[in-house]
Amino acid sequence: MATIEINGQTIEAEEGSMLIAAADKAGIYIPRFCYHDKLSIAANCRMCLVEVEKAPKPLPACATPVTDGMKVQTQSELARDAQKGTMEFLLINHPLDCPICDQGGECELQDLAVGYGRDASQYNEGKRVVMDKNLGPLISTDMTRCIQCTRCVRFGQELAGIMELGMAGRGEHSEIMTFMGHTVDSELSGNVIDLCPVGALTSKPFRFQCRSWEMQNHDGIAPHDTVGSNLEIQVMRDKVMRVLPAANEAINEVWLSDRDRFSYESLDSDQRLTTPRLKINGEWKSTDWQTALEHVAAKLKVINEEFGADSTGALVSPTATLEELNLLKKLMQGMGSSNIDYRLRQQDFRGNQPAPVLGSSIADFESASTVLLVDSNIRKEQPILGLRLRKAVLHGTQVHALNHVDYDFAFRTASTICLAPDAMLSELAILTQLIAGRTGSSVPDAVSKLANGTEASVEIVALANELIDAGENGHVVLGAQARMNPNYSVLTTLTSLISTMTGARLANLAEANSVAAWQVMGAALDDGKNTADMIAEPLKACLLFNIDPRHDLLAGDHALETLSETGMVVHIGNFHDEALDDCCHVQLPLAAFSETDGTHINCEGTVQSWTAAVNPLGDSRPGWKILRVLGNYLSLDGFDYNTIAEVRNEAVAALQPIDASRVNTEFTVDELPDNGLKRIYDLPLYHSDALVRRASALQGAADSKAAVVLHPDTLQAIGAEEGSSVKFSVGEQSVELTVSSSNIVPVQCVVIPSGVDGCSAIGAAASVEVAN
Amino acid sequence: MSVPTTLSDASLAEIDLELAKYPADRRQSAVMAALRIAQDEHGWLSKEIMERIAEYLDIPPIHVYEVATFYSMYEHKPVGKHKISVCTNVSCLLCGSGGVLDHLKDKLGIGPGETTSDGRVTIKEVECLGACGGAPMMQVDKDYHEFLTAEKIDKILEGLDG
Ligand code: SF4
Ligand code: FES
Ligand code: FES
Repeated sequence: MATIEINGQTIEAEEGSMLIAAADKAGIYIPRFCYHDKLSIAANCRMCLVEVEKAPKPLPACATPVTDGMKVQTQSELARDAQKGTMEFLLINHPLDCPICDQGGECELQDLAVGYGRDASQYNEGKRVVMDKNLGPLISTDMTRCIQCTRCVRFGQELAGIMELGMAGRGEHSEIMTFMGHTVDSELSGNVIDLCPVGALTSKPFRFQCRSWEMQNHDGIAPHDTVGSNLEIQVMRDKVMRVLPAANEAINEVWLSDRDRFSYESLDSDQRLTTPRLKINGEWKSTDWQTALEHVAAKLKVINEEFGADSTGALVSPTATLEELNLLKKLMQGMGSSNIDYRLRQQDFRGNQPAPVLGSSIADFESASTVLLVDSNIRKEQPILGLRLRKAVLHGTQVHALNHVDYDFAFRTASTICLAPDAMLSELAILTQLIAGRTGSSVPDAVSKLANGTEASVEIVALANELIDAGENGHVVLGAQARMNPNYSVLTTLTSLISTMTGARLANLAEANSVAAWQVMGAALDDGKNTADMIAEPLKACLLFNIDPRHDLLAGDHALETLSETGMVVHIGNFHDEALDDCCHVQLPLAAFSETDGTHINCEGTVQSWTAAVNPLGDSRPGWKILRVLGNYLSLDGFDYNTIAEVRNEAVAALQPIDASRVNTEFTVDELPDNGLKRIYDLPLYHSDALVRRASALQGAADSKAAVVLHPDTLQAIGAEEGSSVKFSVGEQSVELTVSSSNIVPVQCVVIPSGVDGCSAIGAAASVEVAN
Repeated sequence: MSVPTTLSDASLAEIDLELAKYPADRRQSAVMAALRIAQDEHGWLSKEIMERIAEYLDIPPIHVYEVATFYSMYEHKPVGKHKISVCTNVSCLLCGSGGVLDHLKDKLGIGPGETTSDGRVTIKEVECLGACGGAPMMQVDKDYHEFLTAEKIDKILEGLDG
């Protein structure tokens, strides 16, 4: 520690830390543009010049390390002069177009110009002209405003891990741009909007919508992934105008994924349900809540009496709030049914399954020494965890990937093994067996049977050794594809065996509020009918909670068929579309995440509640209220809540503890058919839930691409080429899909995404045939 | 003229020699050399060539582009067989670089940024080439010529092959 003096105030600061950081800690503000505490030091804007005793000229506070005894003046004449001089130079080429600039009112340049700028400029010459760039559907540019601080460039290089923006040219001719007009495709790209201190990079969907001072801020929690990023939801006249990250060091730091940032656009989609509706003689009729709910309750009662409680089931989106999940489960239980499930994209429900948790705190995820990713494209599933892992890699964490597809993680992996589905299972079994041998543990026979006496490759031997050495500092991560796999239980068993034998932490990363759903449902998940059961055979009554069956269920179109044979389908949801209109009988408009109070539990177990930022759209109602009244109409006990706090307290008290030892030791492998192409599952980032699928800007972004991908050799073998249309069939069903070619996919396989039109016809199938 | 898209084996081998000078995980260090080698092969740097270099050095294409646009010796459009870079920075300017450009214009009929119609010569205006002591000066292909006079320039032009 060093003792220094800033403006006469004595402060303690870490020797070698930068002056600006020490001043920030002591609450002394030094003006800055290029400095950002999450980015490397560039020291190129010179706004932070301060006077340091015994230094002949002003020094940049962001690049001057603290040394003991230093005496600093941030407001002396010399310092002020330097700061004002810098400001004058920065404004020389700046267009001063604040009245038409979206950043106006929240612009660092504007703010500092008030303090350090002159009232009139001495500069009368022409200003430089910089053409705007097209960076894609999310980021709007006004490049004449750029002050070349390079925050946006450093973000790409240092945090997002793909350097898409750079500073081309030199001196007066420098320009921030992408390579030859490429768009910015990072899943974290929106963060450069926050970082840009001026109005050069602004939000495209928010462009010219309103002024920052016209909006109110509300705290919120992002509904899309298991991180639960903290949000600042900005509202004007009861409409969500923009979503920004709220800082939370333990969770999302200061970052936000594009999915969480731009999904609000669909809140006023014309597919929003805004009134309760009943289908009468095949015609949809709007009605009032009382009529609709009485109708549902009456029908449910009749079905219950006639066919028994087991004939009713509920499928709920993992984006539901803790309160909604709790009431829905209570409702089903009250009616005597355990048929409730949120695991919509899972098809293998054998054995005990590990909880959908991270296995450590989010911050500690970075401290693992060795990480094994299994069936995971972490970057495009949980962008913020991807960012954390990338940081870890830069600090020396070794990441190994055992996947089907050779993903671009934006960080270097120590090893990558990409295999077809069946080969990958065997590889994991070989690894398990090897670790068992080396740690003197015993593993079930099924493991050796699956490993089939194959000798371990050099990489697998190295991986086994590394995991054993890492012990508790190891982390095995199961990704989204694992859950879709027909041999999910094999994957979970093998990974939990590895984790038990080595001491590694085990992560099983799922969507949205899955942790809350898992904890609320507890034993019901095993006792009642699961998603697959409910889709295999039509129920008499089915409640869909914020689900679009075609896209949210792995079964896809097949789920629609089952539902159309179901006696009564009640859809409580934000949106409706043609397929839903066809298959359900009652539609109840549900308030979206910004319109209701709620609670999210993230992958590290943090319980975060929020309150509504705006009123529910039209006649839609918060889920907890809908379910409460439905409970009352069904004359169920314990539905007399007055406030959501009562629901929440009850739900939190009843949460089933997460039992990490809930693992399997035995498994059987579901043999894949030998013919045709082996299916590799995928859930494209911007197809994950109903809200995202309707967010228009995101749907134009690179990650909305949902491609059916084959290896070039395989493509050639089936007589197709990039961009051609190929007819795939599963049993009786067949569908034509446009294919693309990439050697990141193993041969004899095909990546068919879920959540996407067209591909939904393939459903959950693990292999497909190419029809001629 | 067709757009160059690939690097010859000889160029790649030369880049490998440069790469050998740096640690294995610092391939970006060779970017300037790689750009020079590519330009020697093709005369200029196309988008495809810069992408190829990025791929070969395993760095983002924009990183290559940053370097390639920072230094004025890298060409982004085809140039003539010979490149005359006239320094017009302060020392040369004071010593008469304006006259050098005028004389070149008289002789070749082109100004800075232009190429003769036969594709033989391109003139460029450049910043200080570090030879102020010999101002006014110009660089012709890889050679510096200092203390320029009209006669000297004529000689130099005559000496240019085809
Ligand atoms: S665009 Fe914004 S963040 Fe990027 S360099 Fe310019 S001013 Fe800085
Ligand atoms: S903040 Fe110090 S130079 Fe920019
Ligand atoms: S000014 Fe011409 S060489 Fe320096």
